[in-house]
Amino acid sequence: MSGRILPFGPRLAGNPEPLPPPGRARRGEAADAPLSAADQARFRTLVLPHMDSAYSFARFLCRDASLAEDLVQDAFLRAFRGFAGFRGGDPKAWLFAIVRSSHLTWARSRGATLQAVPDEFEQTPAEGDTPEQALLRQGEVETVRGAIEALPEPFRETLVLRELEEMSYREIAEITQAPIGTVMSRLARARAMLLGALGAEADPAQETKP
Amino acid sequence: MSACPDKEMLLHGLLDGELDAANVQAVEGHLKTCPGCAEAYRDLQALRTRIAAPGIAYTAPDALRARLEAMAAPPPARPARVRAAAPWAVSGLFAALAAGLAIAVVQPTTLALQDQLVASHVRSTLAQHLVDVETSDRHTVKPWFNGKIDFAPPVVDLAGEGFPLVGGRLDYLDHRVVAALVYRRNKHVVNLFVWPVKPGLLPARDAAPPAGYSVVHWTQGPLQFWAVSDVEPRDLEAFHQAFAKATQS
Repeated sequence: MSGRILPFGPRLAGNPEPLPPPGRARRGEAADAPLSAADQARFRTLVLPHMDSAYSFARFLCRDASLAEDLVQDAFLRAFRGFAGFRGGDPKAWLFAIVRSSHLTWARSRGATLQAVPDEFEQTPAEGDTPEQALLRQGEVETVRGAIEALPEPFRETLVLRELEEMSYREIAEITQAPIGTVMSRLARARAMLLGALGAEADPAQETKP
Repeated sequence: MSACPDKEMLLHGLLDGELDAANVQAVEGHLKTCPGCAEAYRDLQALRTRIAAPGIAYTAPDALRARLEAMAAPPPARPARVRAAAPWAVSGLFAALAAGLAIAVVQPTTLALQDQLVASHVRSTLAQHLVDVETSDRHTVKPWFNGKIDFAPPVVDLAGEGFPLVGGRLDYLDHRVVAALVYRRNKHVVNLFVWPVKPGLLPARDAAPPAGYSVVHWTQGPLQFWAVSDVEPRDLEAFHQAFAKATQS
């Protein structure tokens, strides 16, 4: 099968191909070999279940709800087209490398002048909660999310991959194209920064220490 | 008070389960004697608990979920002949899908049992159709199967062994209706598929399950059991042992 191959390796993140706008394909790709029915079934089993994780990762990377949707859709399109080239390895790590590459491509296309800005936090209380409950519940979630989103990117992505996606140092090193030692120091630094930020902002209603 | 500078990385390694046995022992020993490192380690654990709380990770919006599931949906029975006739004229993904449709007609997908099991497991976690009867009470689950299937699967709650019973479901596998018992292991789901052994037929043990999934198979009396999950293989084996022990007594 000679499909478009998205190798899991330095070429992917180091030199990503230019991306079409999400949802639209480039010209010339129609000639790609289609996925066989068996490969499509494998895709549904191996890749599709990581949708929520991929969205969460993308959301923390770009810090924008609608952009995260575009990035994930784009990454899944690329993954689907390139799935014939996926041979073994961890499908989640493979998918995440594509999500990250989509994000990098987007960030580069915007240039260094425009930085992603965190969403305005939703202030509308959920129905059914008293205003006080809503404030407490939302307060904690938004406090923690906000603290993570305030981390500089290399620390943020390393922390999210470890703490939210439970990836091993080796998997994080592969996805972020960094040596394991760098992963470890980024993680330690990210946690130190978070402890500093969250310690200061600790919600009085939440017990952060036993 | 703060952690010893030369131990800081080791604390993170211990928290993340990345140390070898010798280092685990060394660091755990050190934690007992060094209040500074012990406090720093507790802070890291508390931080992890706070980050891993429900609601911190995002979930995919429904619209995105629908689009992605449609993109990878199995081809319908009738191919779109017009599209397949001119694949070069349409965009990349659509061409891939359309050509896939054409192929699917020529080569109907035949999935090995192992793939069927994993596919059923994945479907149950994706489609919010984990259980038809939701309860941790085995006395509710067991009668629920009565009259729906022609055999009686043994139902036990294994909460004490770390596998609480979530409920039961009917599923379709190997050309018949089977019982699916659903258990949890931490955040993971274990599906246990049960149906009678076919007389004179040894169940086929085909190739390794798809990456990231484990399948454990055994038989008890006239029934065959297939446990499927994305937990570690050794956890699934522990589930098998616990289930067999609880049902054979």
